[in-house]
Amino acid sequence: MNIEGQVRIPSGCAIAAVISKEGKKMTGEKIIEAMKPMHDRSNGLGGGFTAYGIYPDYKDFYAFHMFFNDRSCRKNCEVFLKERFEIIKSEIIPTRKIPSITDEPIIWRYFVTPLRSMLASHQVDENEFVARTVMKINSEMPGCYVFSSGKNMGAFKAVGYPEDVGVFYRLEEYKGYCWTAHGRYPTNTPGWWGGAHPFTLLDYSIVHNGEISSYDANRRFIEMFGYKCTLQTDTEVITYIMDYLLRRQKLSLQDAANVIAAPFWSTIESIKDIEEKERLKFLRTVFSSLLITGPFSIVFGFNGGLMALNDRLKLRSMVVGEKDDKIFIASEESAIRVMEPNAENIYAPSGGEAVIVKVKDGAF
Amino acid sequence: MLINAENMDFKTLNQKIRECGHECHITGCCGQRFIGSGMMDKEITIDGIAGNALGAYLNGANITLNANAQDAVGDTMNEGTIIVHGSIGDAAGYAMRGGKIYIKGNAGYRAGIHMKEYKTKVPVMIIGGTAGSFLAEYQAGGIVIVLGINSNGRKIVGNFPCTGMHGGKIFLRGNTNDIVFPDNVCVKAAEESELKQIEPEITKFCSIFGYDLKEILNSPYTIITPDSKNPYKQMYVAN
Repeated sequence: MNIEGQVRIPSGCAIAAVISKEGKKMTGEKIIEAMKPMHDRSNGLGGGFTAYGIYPDYKDFYAFHMFFNDRSCRKNCEVFLKERFEIIKSEIIPTRKIPSITDEPIIWRYFVTPLRSMLASHQVDENEFVARTVMKINSEMPGCYVFSSGKNMGAFKAVGYPEDVGVFYRLEEYKGYCWTAHGRYPTNTPGWWGGAHPFTLLDYSIVHNGEISSYDANRRFIEMFGYKCTLQTDTEVITYIMDYLLRRQKLSLQDAANVIAAPFWSTIESIKDIEEKERLKFLRTVFSSLLITGPFSIVFGFNGGLMALNDRLKLRSMVVGEKDDKIFIASEESAIRVMEPNAENIYAPSGGEAVIVKVKDGAF
Repeated sequence: MLINAENMDFKTLNQKIRECGHECHITGCCGQRFIGSGMMDKEITIDGIAGNALGAYLNGANITLNANAQDAVGDTMNEGTIIVHGSIGDAAGYAMRGGKIYIKGNAGYRAGIHMKEYKTKVPVMIIGGTAGSFLAEYQAGGIVIVLGINSNGRKIVGNFPCTGMHGGKIFLRGNTNDIVFPDNVCVKAAEESELKQIEPEITKFCSIFGYDLKEILNSPYTIITPDSKNPYKQMYVAN
């Protein structure tokens, strides 16, 4: 696999998501359809999906989705995994041979649980242990990439158009209460399997349309906390920022949104509610290095919900609609209409306005 | 002539529009881009969501859309009319240099960005509802009108309107006290003579969308023009 520095492809993106607030399961077919009217937003160099609630039989185990360059990479990695985890199940992720998807790596799936002895000796909780393991594999084991590591969820990504990637991974066979999707049009970095969206860590996933101007400032800050940016593209850092803010700093989703898409100082100054003003000032001051500048529209997925967010200048399009128990989000309204022709309350959130949707308690 | 656009790509769709006669009715539209781009002498009616850059470079054709539009409606249009019976996405009328856009609902961010005019070519965009932030950013000419119908107490224009504005006019209907304007523009109540200039446009807007003209006119209007004494003063260098 050639990575950034070895290839440059001079070349926007498409995102879409659907979630049932009742936790009702949907197959992947609808979200694949949604990507079709947005075909021209991608250029065939990356497509991917995240599905939540798809592994109910293994919901207590971390589901590692992995790419291996070859068989020896996989064998070495399995030895490493067995030192740290009990592997409950390991299997090839079923795919279809189709002409539009070629040069696939070895694509494998493991359901694992960390060995208690390892947790005790590292003195960390299991989420932290898993996150560290993912970082270690991605940065230290050439030819091995963990591209999904959450419980009862999974990412599926490839080089190709998203509608083909969905067919390739047989997503009609999975049932989830929440799906996110991405079609890639890489602007500065190569199209390779690891570089396709979503970018995930634990159950957190990001699909992103845009380009982060602040990438290196964000990367330098987040790497101080043990995160390693190894996937050669900007979006990865957003996933780690969200993990840092939510899991490690215990911020709320709203607060995290106000960190990465902080309002302008002039806008903060004009706010009359003193408490709100102080909250925004605090977040901008304490986490100034995590402000993400440049154009972005993102959908951030997690177990039990999602959040959609635009950069504060709103340099990318994003539309939200709803129908019954479902909320739809997409770069274009046409994608929402494909999923639900009668979608209601269509609106475009303002720059920096977080749209947070949660599945009702106990329904996922 | 009727064209069913279901599962048709934008290139084929535009080809069919070119091949059909003067009048053309598109059904089942769902996100096809560039519809009617560069066309003249056509009457195009569209059912369904029109894709990005609807009527880009339009050169005299009239387009009526019976739904919402996406981004960049009327990008660089030169002449003609675009009527949207819904809301539109971001950057509507981008660099528009002639013609008219009538929008029943709301406009997204950056409506009227870099509109321009030359002699008799004066583009006009009327937004029935509200407009997002950066309205008429870098406006160099033309007229943008925001009516704020059904704004339900919300600000009719978002943050940072008129940033870098150096030509043209903006008319805002109703209360503008909560809108913060930059230093490079003059903001004042519109006088009767100034309103007379846009009355034909508002009349047309009301007749298209079925509003009561008297009611729409019976409201204070604010006019915003660039402070043209020295529009670049202090913007980039101290001069």
